[in-house]
Amino acid sequence: MNAHLQPTGSAYFIAKETQVAESHTLSVLVDNEPGVLARVIGLFSGRGYNIESLTVSETEHQAHLSRITIVTRGTPHVLEQIKAQLERIVPVHRVVDLTVRARDLGHERPLERELALVKVSGVGENRVEALRLADAFRANVIDANIEHFVFEITGKVSKIDQFIAIMKPLGLIEVCRTGIAAMNRGPQGM
Amino acid sequence: MTGKDNQMTGAEIVLKALKDNGVEHIFGYPGGAVLPIYDEIFQQDDIQHILVRHEQGAGHAAEGYARSTGKVGVMLVTSGPGATNAVTPLQDALMDSVPLVCLSGQVPTTLIGSDAFQECDTVGITRPCTKHNWLVKDVNDLARIIHEAFRIAQSGRPGPVVVDIPKDIQFATGTYTPPSDHVAQKSYQPKLQGDLNAIKAAVELMATARRPVIYSGGGVVNSGPEASKLLRELVELTGFPITSTLMGLGSYPASGKSWLGMLGMHGSYEANMTMHDCDVMVCIGARFDDRITGRLNAFSPNSKKIHIDIDPSSINKNVRVDVGIVGDITHVLEDMVRLWRALPKKPEAAQTADWWSQIDKWRARKSFAYTKSNDVIMPQYAIERLYELTKDRDTYITTEVGQHQMWAAQYFGFEQPNRWMTSGGLGTMGYGLPAALGVQIAHPESLVIDIAGDASIQMCIQEMSAAIQYNAPIKIFILNNQYMGMVRQWQQLLHGNRLSNSYTEAMPDFVKLAEAYGAVGIRCDKPDALDDAILEMINVKKPVIFDCRVANLANCFPMIPSGKAHNEMLLPDEATDEAVANAIDAKGRQLV
Repeated sequence: MNAHLQPTGSAYFIAKETQVAESHTLSVLVDNEPGVLARVIGLFSGRGYNIESLTVSETEHQAHLSRITIVTRGTPHVLEQIKAQLERIVPVHRVVDLTVRARDLGHERPLERELALVKVSGVGENRVEALRLADAFRANVIDANIEHFVFEITGKVSKIDQFIAIMKPLGLIEVCRTGIAAMNRGPQGM
Repeated sequence: MTGKDNQMTGAEIVLKALKDNGVEHIFGYPGGAVLPIYDEIFQQDDIQHILVRHEQGAGHAAEGYARSTGKVGVMLVTSGPGATNAVTPLQDALMDSVPLVCLSGQVPTTLIGSDAFQECDTVGITRPCTKHNWLVKDVNDLARIIHEAFRIAQSGRPGPVVVDIPKDIQFATGTYTPPSDHVAQKSYQPKLQGDLNAIKAAVELMATARRPVIYSGGGVVNSGPEASKLLRELVELTGFPITSTLMGLGSYPASGKSWLGMLGMHGSYEANMTMHDCDVMVCIGARFDDRITGRLNAFSPNSKKIHIDIDPSSINKNVRVDVGIVGDITHVLEDMVRLWRALPKKPEAAQTADWWSQIDKWRARKSFAYTKSNDVIMPQYAIERLYELTKDRDTYITTEVGQHQMWAAQYFGFEQPNRWMTSGGLGTMGYGLPAALGVQIAHPESLVIDIAGDASIQMCIQEMSAAIQYNAPIKIFILNNQYMGMVRQWQQLLHGNRLSNSYTEAMPDFVKLAEAYGAVGIRCDKPDALDDAILEMINVKKPVIFDCRVANLANCFPMIPSGKAHNEMLLPDEATDEAVANAIDAKGRQLV
């Protein structure tokens, strides 16, 4: 019996190479201790997983807990494996695939927001245009003189991408983005 | 205990914490950054320190100690090179799930980050090769961290941990908290009990099987002796054939009637064919490693698979399974045996009769057969004789890595768990000698043999000196073929027989080498003299290096070439030069 003559898709679920990579947002609750972020990042680089966005900060000071939000890309099998591998890290309390959870709750995606600081420099018409567009995007001016603005903008990734794109011809100097903060809709916690 | 009694220096805390965690032996090597701990070791008698000759040796010795006893192995190294030399055994222990606590010295906290003498970022370097690690920054955390280190090393899927202790912390005075007051980190609480519904589903699936197989691994050994007993009971109850990975040998006895031999790349024909053609596979404490599965998309294509593992990330990692059960093997097998006994209608023996007769046909193929010789010792023959002459003794076997390792796995029969110490996952040449030292320290009266190759043995040969120092009468049985045999075998398979750097032109005289260390050297190159020479080795009460000159060009078969499926094995009688040269296609060449 040659292996290639075996019927496929038989009694068990054969891993299909046809699986499509998806972008998922994971929430990871960890003890806020030295090295914990390095453990998480090291896992991704060591096992060849992708990080598209990473946000981390202490969220419960009393309990010394930090919440890491990671946007990663992979096939469903890889995403399942990423979650299992993250759960193996000793200071990790919980891992929730917010994208999967959102689907279970009947939503398309979890709530995802990002904050960006955008510095634009210019004079004359460009300056007026930048301010007008910033207003349309509900960006706040947090610093300015007669040559520049620093805008603070919050929103979905696509909105920030778009804002940055249109600021480019108007004198974009630099951008700083926080990465995604995310949670699911509804009354339940992660 | 009053407040005053539990005030002590960091170094005292280390020793007290080790004692309170039941440690009797530690393997280590001193250096500047651990001198305060060594000073404490000097002033006590409860814990014996075994001085090795290289930190890698300390790690493998601790691994051998751990795997032959089921206890946690402990190693102690200094900062910088001491810690970097420990990396190989740490990764080895990680891949083979061996509980290991490595204590390392570090430069004083005030000097960390200044590129001080013998400084390295130990927690950074060892982060990916440990289960967890800590840098102790406050002496008052030291006791808690050491207790937690022992808990994490041995609970769940066992593994290595590192506690990095700066020198000023070793000198500083702080509070000792005993293990009884220890509060475990909340985030790490491995699940021992398997999900009962999943176990029920597994038992029901097993009861319908017409072509079942049990595939067990190192997880059974790690779970403890009770797990092996339960595995044997399950095999007896179900009448299923059983095979095992390299790491799992001994959990089911090689003399058992349901035993198929080891599976995988150099496993038996019957084990691999059974795996390929089965309809229900019960994987118990194994991880579908690539040495086991061969080509993944042709791996056991028509079976329903049940996988029991304490590590959730093992399930569905390489192979998708139908029933995944997360839990400790002992706990899950208890439930499984109970539920099988409670089945309203147990399957008749007739249900698997055809399967067994098929298995007997595969067995009749005698895939481990080899051509004996009167002139030259065949390596397989050497292992067979070694087994025959030691099987009635209290014997422990360690190995290095290569052809000799596979021959040992194929031709030595293991009847009990914890008797077989080998580097499976990482494949560390140099593992066997220090591991044998560790085993011998744990079992001073037992016969401990390192089955070695002439290349591997030279990677940690320095530990002969430690064996002499501690009167550890380990036996180093070298299958000497002058080659890195497995490298050569692959060059024959893959690289047109161009034997690039796999022949050792300058081989030491192993007999003289043994004598130089103060051990006994024995050489044998005649099959008819082998038994007497082996008996001489066994009867000497000192460490022995046995230079067994074997057929230089013998290769290790049967073999599943890379990129092939279980039913495409290369059998010894089919392994002509031409078959060997064409065994692996272009795609397989890229694999290892």
